[in-house]
Amino acid sequence: MERMKSNDQFEMIVQKYWEGILGDWVEEQLSSTGTRKELFSKEELRTQSKEFILLFQEAISAGDLDPYQPHWGKVRDFLSNLSRSRGENGFSPTETATFVFSIKKPLMARLGKEINNDARLLFEELSRVSNLIDKLGLFTTEVYQKTREEVIRRQQDELMELSTPVVKLWSGVLALPMIGTLDSNRTQTVLEALLQKIVETEAEIAIVDITGVPTVDTLVAQHLIKTVTAARLMGAECIISGIRPQIAQTIVHLGVDLGDIITKATLADALAVALQRRGLRVVAVQAPRALQTEASF
Amino acid sequence: MEHIPILRMGPFLLVTIQVDMHDQLAMTLQDDLTNRISETGAKGVLIDISSLEMVDSFIGRMIGNIAGMSRVLDANTVVVGMQPAVAITLVELGLSLKGVKTALNVEKGMELLRKSLTESDIEEVGLDREETRNHGLTVCH
Repeated sequence: MERMKSNDQFEMIVQKYWEGILGDWVEEQLSSTGTRKELFSKEELRTQSKEFILLFQEAISAGDLDPYQPHWGKVRDFLSNLSRSRGENGFSPTETATFVFSIKKPLMARLGKEINNDARLLFEELSRVSNLIDKLGLFTTEVYQKTREEVIRRQQDELMELSTPVVKLWSGVLALPMIGTLDSNRTQTVLEALLQKIVETEAEIAIVDITGVPTVDTLVAQHLIKTVTAARLMGAECIISGIRPQIAQTIVHLGVDLGDIITKATLADALAVALQRRGLRVVAVQAPRALQTEASF
Repeated sequence: MEHIPILRMGPFLLVTIQVDMHDQLAMTLQDDLTNRISETGAKGVLIDISSLEMVDSFIGRMIGNIAGMSRVLDANTVVVGMQPAVAITLVELGLSLKGVKTALNVEKGMELLRKSLTESDIEEVGLDREETRNHGLTVCH
């Protein structure tokens, strides 16, 4: 019965003093070191805080102080939205969590003022309220974390899509400019994209340009060999271009056997080879007929 | 018993695999094809696997074997129309089919066979030419 009574007391305090608590709370948030004032206006913060405190009050009146109970659903939703929007707008975890944690002080001050004759009851109340706010704070942080992880995952996906374009250089000649570190996941995507494009365009020659690949280790080399072999099995020829001196050294030091794979220094050289294989050549438009020469790449 | 049809096109044999290959079918094909090559004296074999969507290590090896056998019987083999998924699988299985010629489609495969036919004809002649040229060079020196 005493628990019920104390809940009533806390509820009563919040109901009676919510405006005061709101004022103190907003001040607390603004003065907190973890708050950057340029990110939002005072009015905005006040509106948000007021909305929260009303939902908070409603939840307290509805029953237990356990934020994972159904009647705390609205509070949780509100905090999720707030946390998500702050996470997306570049707030730090501290700034996001401060929103909830800073309500502790005004709440406790009011409790202390109201229950001034019973130290034991005061202690119980304080620990219960503290526990509640902590849980809400942790919930906020968790949602924040999830939001950030989503952002990272989305960016990873985008990076994956962006970094594996297969471009057509000429009819029957494809180029795959690889950029960034190659891991097995990415190589698989690249490989599939290339093979699919070979089928679509019936390209006989594919140039894999690794100018943008910072390092080549045995794994990357193995992936490259796999790509070339798979393309060959389908009936297309692969040329690897853009091997920098450093990478050439590494490949030889690692003892990787590139076998009969054609390698060229630059994409231009590779294109020249590809055109030659297709029986084409590039000539200067303005040159006199006698001087028509193969363009040197 | 099920058979994969082997069609004759001039000096070449054309094998189109339109059904899912199972082990027994591959063995039968191997028998049939080697027999047909020796019967007809074909100079080239074109195996179209564009409808083949799944391979296992056995079928992969069989493709390599059939190509090897044809070569022994003096017929060039071109495997055409391999699906990307099949190519990836074979590479992952470590079956790179070294020595097997490949092409993107039947048309290009045929072209390759025709070219290799003339090449092999020229080769015999070409060898002689080269020899004479070498002789010529020796004389010059």
